[in-house]
Amino acid sequence: MKTAVKKVLIIGATSAIASACARLWATQGSDFFLVARNVEKLQQTAADLKARGATHVTLHEMDANDIEAHPLMMGRCLTALGQIDIALIAHGTLPDQKACERDVHMALKEFANNCTSVIALLTVLAMQFETQRCGSLAIISSVAADRGRPSNYLYGSAKAAVSTYCEGLQARLFKVGVHVTTIKPGFVDTPMTQGLSLPAALLAQPAQVAQRIVKGIANKVPTLYAPGFWALIMLVIRSIPQPVFKRLNL
Amino acid sequence: MSTPLYSWGRFPRRPQRGHGCVWLDELPAQIDRVIGAHHSSLPYGNGRSYGDSCLAASDQVLHMRSLDRLIEADWSTGVIKAEAGITLAEVLAVAIPQGWFLPVTPGTQFATLGGAIANDVHGKNHHVRGTFGRHVLGFGLLRHGEPEVICSPEDHPALFAASIGGLGLTGVIHWAQIQLMPIRATQIDTTTVRFANLAEFFALSAELDARHEYSVAWVDCLAKGAETGRGVFIVGDHAQYGSLEVGQRKKLSVPLTPPVSLINKVSLSAFNSLYWRLHPSQRKQGRSAHEPFFYPLDRILHWNRIYGRRGFQQYQCVVPAANAEAAMGELLRTIADAGQGSFLAVLKRCGDIASPGLLSFPLEGTSLALDFAQSEALENVLFPRLDDIVRAAGGRLYPAKDAHMSGVDFRRAYPAWEQLEALRDPSLMSRFWSRVIL
Repeated sequence: MKTAVKKVLIIGATSAIASACARLWATQGSDFFLVARNVEKLQQTAADLKARGATHVTLHEMDANDIEAHPLMMGRCLTALGQIDIALIAHGTLPDQKACERDVHMALKEFANNCTSVIALLTVLAMQFETQRCGSLAIISSVAADRGRPSNYLYGSAKAAVSTYCEGLQARLFKVGVHVTTIKPGFVDTPMTQGLSLPAALLAQPAQVAQRIVKGIANKVPTLYAPGFWALIMLVIRSIPQPVFKRLNL
Repeated sequence: MSTPLYSWGRFPRRPQRGHGCVWLDELPAQIDRVIGAHHSSLPYGNGRSYGDSCLAASDQVLHMRSLDRLIEADWSTGVIKAEAGITLAEVLAVAIPQGWFLPVTPGTQFATLGGAIANDVHGKNHHVRGTFGRHVLGFGLLRHGEPEVICSPEDHPALFAASIGGLGLTGVIHWAQIQLMPIRATQIDTTTVRFANLAEFFALSAELDARHEYSVAWVDCLAKGAETGRGVFIVGDHAQYGSLEVGQRKKLSVPLTPPVSLINKVSLSAFNSLYWRLHPSQRKQGRSAHEPFFYPLDRILHWNRIYGRRGFQQYQCVVPAANAEAAMGELLRTIADAGQGSFLAVLKRCGDIASPGLLSFPLEGTSLALDFAQSEALENVLFPRLDDIVRAAGGRLYPAKDAHMSGVDFRRAYPAWEQLEALRDPSLMSRFWSRVIL
């Protein structure tokens, strides 16, 4: 049986994890509305998806921090797709923690990139999902959300806010038949993590993470660690008592 | 990426620093940056070249693997255009469901599109379809400090010819357009029969090659005397009835590198004898999925680790048809006497279809390929003997597999090297090229 064409909205569509997910949806013949800051990159992503079987791809240039632009984007998206079967919010930046400790403007800008812009988007999206009463909403958070570590607690706290917000949203939208998945990737080999010295054994490829995400969304998993072994790692890390945790240099 | 990159044979052990690039439009700036900082570099795909042809003289490579997008695909004609870092496996994954296959595929699907062109790879159907380069319609070439050059047989034909088999030296191939081959099914109808010696191999090859798309033979590199060159002959064709299956076999993996090679004379000769005896003495028809047929070793990720920390070298030569039988006999006797070699030793007759590339490896005759665990004796004793035989027979070695051939041998066997050197981007230099040219 051929499944119906899925209507997919992706914000931060040029990110490595998002485009790896999009490739999987494209092979199922989906329609896309792709949103990102850089239109040249969007075009390269769109060409790839079309060659892989995407039926229609509509591009929209937008900075997620430009909150006033969100309703316009939503309008265009609905014109293009009609309704949204899957919305994936995938944009984000990895702040330089040390620099953010000295520069409040930089810190707040990074927090906006990773948190307030997401909350703003979710506000608009949640209203749409409440109206259409079906579909899935997936948000890329991070394993960093689970514990405040000295090496990246600005990023971690932004993602923690997103995760908690999503938990509330899950309960709210559940009542109208809309599913929310909070995705917590571990270390993924992407441009965002380039230049960090991450342990090779824990480093996953975007395609591998995407497979888990696409399956997780289809199976309506509420919180998804990707790859799966991070659930175990974070269980251990969350259970370290605070007096011990603060002495570790994680 | 911070992890060092190596060639597939992990010899010579020259860790490369990879400078990645994710977007095609950002590549020129990245090339400028790397060459500005390190003076010279080399494009590096997925590290499936065995020796030092994929290692930069500066040890600073342009890591092309992340450029893995499709740019255009016309499934009515089977013409696809893709970024150079896409692997052949990724091409197959999108092409197979549409009824298309690679017209030429090497023994691994983990090579990149750019690498397949730069090494002008060939496969089990060389006698029917020639090398990979024959199916390339065009590609984009970035030469340092110049605007993009779009090469095809019509446009910039000299650069087109020099870049096919050009070992990544003429510029950075960053996208390519290729013609795929239509198939009805991915399954391969095979005929398998073992042969008792080299004469039988040549008789089988003469009889069967012309009738089949694919032809290859495994050879027992340790068999001596009257049994020299015994092996198993396999021919195949795409099935006319079957299904289009993208290979997704569960992969095994060698998780770590043992301190010494696990391949030794005892393990090898036991294995080879058993393997030979397990194959039928009468012709037997069968059917195989495409992955085990084309890519038996891709099943085991990181199989190159079994040769231990010192790595290994592959010896692949081709000898013109007139001298092939005598030279193959001599080569196999020399290898068996040395008691070295690998489980996977491959004999294959190459056809007479010319490649558009200047430095393409195959020539009409017979090719032999086998792996050896790295040791000093290899370079001091065995390889010089094999080189003497190949030289006397008018044959040559495959740069994509090589870490040892002498400059004299290379320049004699590939007289077009001067044309390639004249067209080389002065900012690109490999360890291989500096070894055989300078």
